[in-house]
Amino acid sequence: MALRLPSKVLKHILSFIDSNEDRNSVSLVCKSWFETERKTRKRVFVGNCYAVTPAAVARRFPAMRSLTLKGKPHFADYNLVPDGWGGYACPWIESMAAKSPYLEEIRLKRMVVTDDCLERIAASFKNFKVLVLTSCEGFSTDGIAAIASTCRNLRVLELRECIVEDLGGDWLSYFPETSTSLVSLDFSCLDSEVKISDLERLVSRSPNLKSLKLNPAVTLDGLVSILRRAPQLTELGTGSFAAELKPEAFTKLSKAFSNCKQLQSLSGLWDVLPEYLPALYSVCPGLTSLNLSYATVRMPDLVELLRRCSKLQKLWVMDLIEDKGLEAVASYCKELRELRVFPSEPDLDATNIPVTEQGLVYVSKGCRKLESVLYFCVQFTNAALITIARKRPNLKCFRLCVIEPFAPDYKTNEPLDKGFKAIAEGCKDLRRLSVSGLLSDKAFKYIGKHAKKVRMLSIAFAGDSDLMLHHLLSGCESLKKLEIRDCPFGDTALLENAAKLETMRSLWMSSCFVSFGACKLLSQKMPRLNVEVIDEHPPKTRPESSPVERIYIYRTVAGPRMDTPEFVWTLHKNPEIGVSKLAIK
Amino acid sequence: MITELEMGKGESELELGLGLSLGGGTAAKIAGKSGGGAWGERGRLLTAKDFPSVGSKRAADSPSHAGSSPPRSSSQVVGWPPIGSHRMNSLVNNQATKSAREEEEAGKKKVNDDHQPKDVTKKVNGKVQLGFIKVNMDGVAIGRKVDLNAHSSYENLAQTLEDMFFRTNPGTIGLTGQFTKPLRLLDGSSEFVLTYEDKEGDWMLVGDVPWRMFITSVKRLRVMKTSEANGLAARHQEPKERQRNQPA
Repeated sequence: MALRLPSKVLKHILSFIDSNEDRNSVSLVCKSWFETERKTRKRVFVGNCYAVTPAAVARRFPAMRSLTLKGKPHFADYNLVPDGWGGYACPWIESMAAKSPYLEEIRLKRMVVTDDCLERIAASFKNFKVLVLTSCEGFSTDGIAAIASTCRNLRVLELRECIVEDLGGDWLSYFPETSTSLVSLDFSCLDSEVKISDLERLVSRSPNLKSLKLNPAVTLDGLVSILRRAPQLTELGTGSFAAELKPEAFTKLSKAFSNCKQLQSLSGLWDVLPEYLPALYSVCPGLTSLNLSYATVRMPDLVELLRRCSKLQKLWVMDLIEDKGLEAVASYCKELRELRVFPSEPDLDATNIPVTEQGLVYVSKGCRKLESVLYFCVQFTNAALITIARKRPNLKCFRLCVIEPFAPDYKTNEPLDKGFKAIAEGCKDLRRLSVSGLLSDKAFKYIGKHAKKVRMLSIAFAGDSDLMLHHLLSGCESLKKLEIRDCPFGDTALLENAAKLETMRSLWMSSCFVSFGACKLLSQKMPRLNVEVIDEHPPKTRPESSPVERIYIYRTVAGPRMDTPEFVWTLHKNPEIGVSKLAIK
Repeated sequence: MITELEMGKGESELELGLGLSLGGGTAAKIAGKSGGGAWGERGRLLTAKDFPSVGSKRAADSPSHAGSSPPRSSSQVVGWPPIGSHRMNSLVNNQATKSAREEEEAGKKKVNDDHQPKDVTKKVNGKVQLGFIKVNMDGVAIGRKVDLNAHSSYENLAQTLEDMFFRTNPGTIGLTGQFTKPLRLLDGSSEFVLTYEDKEGDWMLVGDVPWRMFITSVKRLRVMKTSEANGLAARHQEPKERQRNQPA
């Protein structure tokens, strides 16, 4: 006799479960658990906006208060997804406006958001509190003004690396004088100057303001004035530091920072002159997060700053830090969990990039808590990778970008197979991996065999044949997102592992050898996959065996989408009809 | 399950039309053009041969690029290296501001010390701070950078430059690739001489002044053909002329 848990009790238990993965598991137990769970889920996450319809989401989760949506594939960040591909927020906003009027939080990533959309948000959700747009585009500062002026309880407004049509700094003045609820404001990606007096007043009347990220147009004077009014900040993104060096300016800045006793996170620092860095020394001991990736500061100055940051957990920096600087980080920043080293030169032929594999080895040896790495350098060695894997088996995210495509181990001239084997084998909790350098199919055999927890894998310019893809699709059990560019394989591996694709969120392949015929076949056999061929030239004009430029395959319960542009071919499921565009307008 | 698609006669016979942006010799087309930056001319799948600067693969290539069109750089491939567009724009802006400033300063006699580009000597509170400075060589399209801070003498510097431009060491690129005999950049005996531009915009032969004085006045370096170096301040100058050329 089965005892059923009373739904009230279940509800109470569920109120302690926040993780959506856990809630998804709860939903699978039985129908009544599914029902109870869905009625209590407040934070909804949709990793691919085309995997499910907005209506279905609204219907399933009537208590939804927070929605997070992702649109374009990750490689859109590197201009590999043509403009107009899709990822429109409007249909979602429309649907939520009608069915979930109590929505309070919207977080969008890589989506196209229009001013209309923003105005709709402002008008439809009475208790709207949080808007975070990451890598979004399609709107102007007018849309932001609409949010600022209408959302009375707005707490969070963050524009992270968005492409915004900047019509001027007026938007800031649209926050009504009565608005005092702001907790976080990030306008670092906007270009125009805002009126500093507007900003001062806004900051003065927002006692709960904890996070403020200014844009480069805010001067040092402006920064000083803001800091005086908001010494309670825990997160600060400065404006531009480029100013003529004046002793009084330095003293004022220093004093302003020393009053910010709760500052934990610092970013911005565009154009920072090294002479101004000592003004930051007073906050260094308390910093847990430091983003110097836009600061063209060089070595001795960097170390002077970093050696004071003993609590640092997250460091983003340019390769100007050099191996020497990383050695210093390894000895001073013992709490480091995340390191990102970005290139300082867009021109890749400047191959004397000052960091080598040695820098990362130092940090791996010295920082016991290191679990997340993003590292750009010119070349690497197997020995270094093996050392890193041995020293840091607790790595969760390892993204190595060897900038020279096909660069072998520069000491032995071998492929980097052995090195990545060590990483896959040694770092058992690895969830995200990006590989680079010269890699043969063997490397992927090792990754397939050992990287059992990897969920996201990024590959470029690697492998020898179809085997590479086959190893990955048949081996990596937890694989959810796979993105590949410029690798020499295609149809066979894809078709043999078609079932795997339904267990994944998405697969992106560009400049590989996948043929149109294979895409058609895959699409016909797998009704719950959307197979999108993104190609400038209509596939009809070429033989079916010729490769297509890009494919994007994702699982979906929403069926083929209706908003495809002319260069996206979603294959019709009916083979008699053949290939036809499904965007019926 | 799914039957394998018949591949036909083999992929090597296929005309692979892949839309990679392979503009010959021009700079990265990363910013969006109409229709998005991802569309480009059709080309073949990029292989290691397209990146001839990579050490081991070079051996497999037919002999070098000296004198021919510059090797395709990886910056001409769309979306590589994988840097987000915001960051890329910021880097490109830095680069543009720097070269604009350098152009400006090259034309001026007097240099304003307050806003030096990062790879030029800066004077702050009497202390000199050095960074990387640019080095160009006649006949080589791609410039390099060298950190004067890391060198202690002219011989040191000359050695680094010779390694950079004339030899292929593991991990570095010999851009001309063909020279094997040692080059004497400093003694005037070879085909090339080492010259520098000082803060006043004059081009001088390297080696005349004491090292410490040199590094405070150098703005950039050039490996010039000896035949072209005739107009430069001669090696053996009158003392008073030398004083005139020193920084004020």
